[in-house]
Amino acid sequence: MLVFIIRRSLQSIVVLLAMSVLVFVGVYAVGNPIDILISPQADQQDRERAIAALGLDKPLWAQYWSFLSGVAHGDLGRSFVHSTSALGLILERMPATMELALSAMVIAIVLGIPLGLWAGLRPNGIAGRSIMAGSILGFSLPTFWVGLMLIMVFSVMLGWLPSNGRGETTLLFGVIPVSFLTVDGLKHLVMPATNLALFNLALLIRLTRAGAHEALLQDYVKFARAKGLTNKRVIGVHVLRNILIPIVTVIGLQFGTLIGFAIVTESVFAWPGMGKLLIDSIGVLDRPVIVAYLLVIVTVFIVINLLVDVLYSVLDPRIRLSDVKG
Amino acid sequence: MRFPAFRHAFSACAVVAALSVSLIPAIAAAQELKIAVAADITSMDPHFFNLFPNNNAAEHIFDKLVQMDADSKMIPGLATSWKVIDPTTWEFKLRKGVKFTDGSELTAEDVAFSIDRVPNVPNSPGPFSAYTKAIVSKQIVDPYTIRFKYAAPYPLAPNDLSTIYIVSKKVAANATTEDFNSGKAAIGSGRYKLAKYTSGDRVELVRNDTYWGDKSPWEKVTFKIIKNEPARVAALLSGDVDAIEQPPTADLSRIKGDPKFTVSSKISHRVIYFNFDHLDRSSPFITDKAGKPLAKNPLLDVRVRRAISKAINRQAIVDRVMEGQAIPSGQLVSEKLFGNVPGLKADAYDVEGAKKLLAEAGYPDGFNITIHGPAGRYVNDEKIVQAVAQMLSRVGITAKVETAPMAPYSARAAKQEFSLHMVGWGASTGEASSPLRSLLATFNREKGLGAVNWGRYSNVKVDYLIEQALQQVDDENRRTMLQNATKLAMEDLGIMPVHFQFTIWATKKNVTYTPRTDEYTLAFQFKPVGGAPKP
Repeated sequence: MLVFIIRRSLQSIVVLLAMSVLVFVGVYAVGNPIDILISPQADQQDRERAIAALGLDKPLWAQYWSFLSGVAHGDLGRSFVHSTSALGLILERMPATMELALSAMVIAIVLGIPLGLWAGLRPNGIAGRSIMAGSILGFSLPTFWVGLMLIMVFSVMLGWLPSNGRGETTLLFGVIPVSFLTVDGLKHLVMPATNLALFNLALLIRLTRAGAHEALLQDYVKFARAKGLTNKRVIGVHVLRNILIPIVTVIGLQFGTLIGFAIVTESVFAWPGMGKLLIDSIGVLDRPVIVAYLLVIVTVFIVINLLVDVLYSVLDPRIRLSDVKG
Repeated sequence: MRFPAFRHAFSACAVVAALSVSLIPAIAAAQELKIAVAADITSMDPHFFNLFPNNNAAEHIFDKLVQMDADSKMIPGLATSWKVIDPTTWEFKLRKGVKFTDGSELTAEDVAFSIDRVPNVPNSPGPFSAYTKAIVSKQIVDPYTIRFKYAAPYPLAPNDLSTIYIVSKKVAANATTEDFNSGKAAIGSGRYKLAKYTSGDRVELVRNDTYWGDKSPWEKVTFKIIKNEPARVAALLSGDVDAIEQPPTADLSRIKGDPKFTVSSKISHRVIYFNFDHLDRSSPFITDKAGKPLAKNPLLDVRVRRAISKAINRQAIVDRVMEGQAIPSGQLVSEKLFGNVPGLKADAYDVEGAKKLLAEAGYPDGFNITIHGPAGRYVNDEKIVQAVAQMLSRVGITAKVETAPMAPYSARAAKQEFSLHMVGWGASTGEASSPLRSLLATFNREKGLGAVNWGRYSNVKVDYLIEQALQQVDDENRRTMLQNATKLAMEDLGIMPVHFQFTIWATKKNVTYTPRTDEYTLAFQFKPVGGAPKP
């Protein structure tokens, strides 16, 4: 287990390095941020001075080197437009995005697995068919459109929910600002979280249904039934546990994607999360923030994958971690 | 006898107390204004980054020596008057009794400190130093009088100082940009105090009740940052905010048709124009009809430039693309601004005339061109470029369109990589000197002229007039020089203006806005209709 984690960490560092080079060169190739940052009224010498002040006059390798030496000291650079630490900015916005992604995941799991099981157990019933039809919509409707429709219906037409922003926050454990503990916060959270959850909800429904459908035909289920176990125990323990491995994998992978895809939902609902920060930063070529954001996201993916691998061995004792290659 | 009276008084107090308890939240809600703005506010440090949304926020917290009214005319701010002592010296008299929100009084020391701070804010990606660097020295005559010395006669001193926010020396002396963002150092003398700044999300302000001028009707103001256009409109329609800036023109008819909302708009100081490639070379995106590069750049011939200008139906662009939210333009600044040439109009739409000019210039069949434009920078920018391309095709110039986000686009445009491309320019100093010196003066690093002259237009006569005007302290003489320079440059089509865009605001019916030329969205210019607005 320990060896596995150490090896994974070493691999991760290589991934992060490669990632930072790619992003650095990519943003550098797009152009010089000063052209759009500086006031148009500034003259040529003002421009040169501003370029020098941000260190953008140095060759690319020198800029990358000073970035790397900063990273060695735990400093991912300073945002060009905010003049604050890039990592600080991201961490400041992270709780909002995490809250949104986690809420979406909870909605997807709490609704998706039971609905999927239902559809799997009664594939020909009306409920089962409706669930499956609904899940197709969840797959195929674009997030931004559904988001705008939710706003149209629930905010503009019905006036039930606020159309944008994050509600009142309280501190969880005294450090993390969260909004799901206040009524105002929940009101603001419901729509964006649902919007973000839709795709995964549909995915989990289909996955659970397919798994359940298949498992019901297996010998061990017939045997369990022959033993006289209650239906509840057959479904709740034997079937569910056996179909859980693919579901956990997908939940793990999708959680990372949720954080990434939150960008669309965040812009539509003006949710002050990391995704919105990234979009704003790309708009003005704020390279330190773009690089730091992608490094943070890659790290999140790596950690999630690690957790998923550890979970496998908990769910299925036959799986040994040393056998799982990164 | 006295005892019951006391009891009555007591119960009366209780009733008043109960009433006031129930009334206070209602009043507080009534005096709160929520505005959705379209762009990210990156800092609360008024000298860190000369960026429109940052300045828009700073306008509420800080004052300037000279302020601008809704028509971009200069009006007294912290300075009550200013005058030229000798051609190179300006004297500003400060308003007495102005207090910063920490209680200290504003003096000439704070003004001198603010101007010194401008070029020295670390890591600034866009400093205000363009407006202070002409000042050679400062002299504090008395606590309410300050003089600025310039190297040469300098007529633009008040215009320049209408961009510099005055901070308190006591508070800001050792403050960093972060101290301003946290609110610690964001102490000004403006109409509002900073309550909370959350980057990327909102700015919350509370009224400064010790403000020296007219007080704002709103006790509390929240700027919410909603960049997504449909989301911003939805925030207004759902009643989450009282006003929004820049509603997309496509949604205007929907908002106007709803009796619950009001739309106000005003011609902006921003001109939308095209740059021609003025370099003597084979222009990168022009070919003959067969697709072979042309050895000579046809845009060097003023007849070709004129033909292009005549081929454009500006009124159609205004009516169809801009939904009426613009006005055709044949010059650099709009009617109310200093240096506007009365009666100077754009070329009339004339397909036959354009074809004739092209034939005279030796291109009877036209040529092929790719036009470039930014995406998402100006109102309907991509659609304008597409419309222009179609119009050019009617006179034989087969035009293709390429657009890109502003960041990579401007980087390429600044390197003369395009043949014909669209840009916009806001004359933020309220004068024609601003576009003339930056867009039409010959590119000259040493003199600091033509910094955004991306087409590399160059005309010695225009240069001469601009340089003279920039040193002419007498307003009437300067106006004439700027007008003459504009006429010459427009006759020559150094650049080709298309229209002045309007800035648009949409509000709830019970709030009105006094629209501004400078595009700012200022909370104190929103007024409740018919007394106190309903929550």
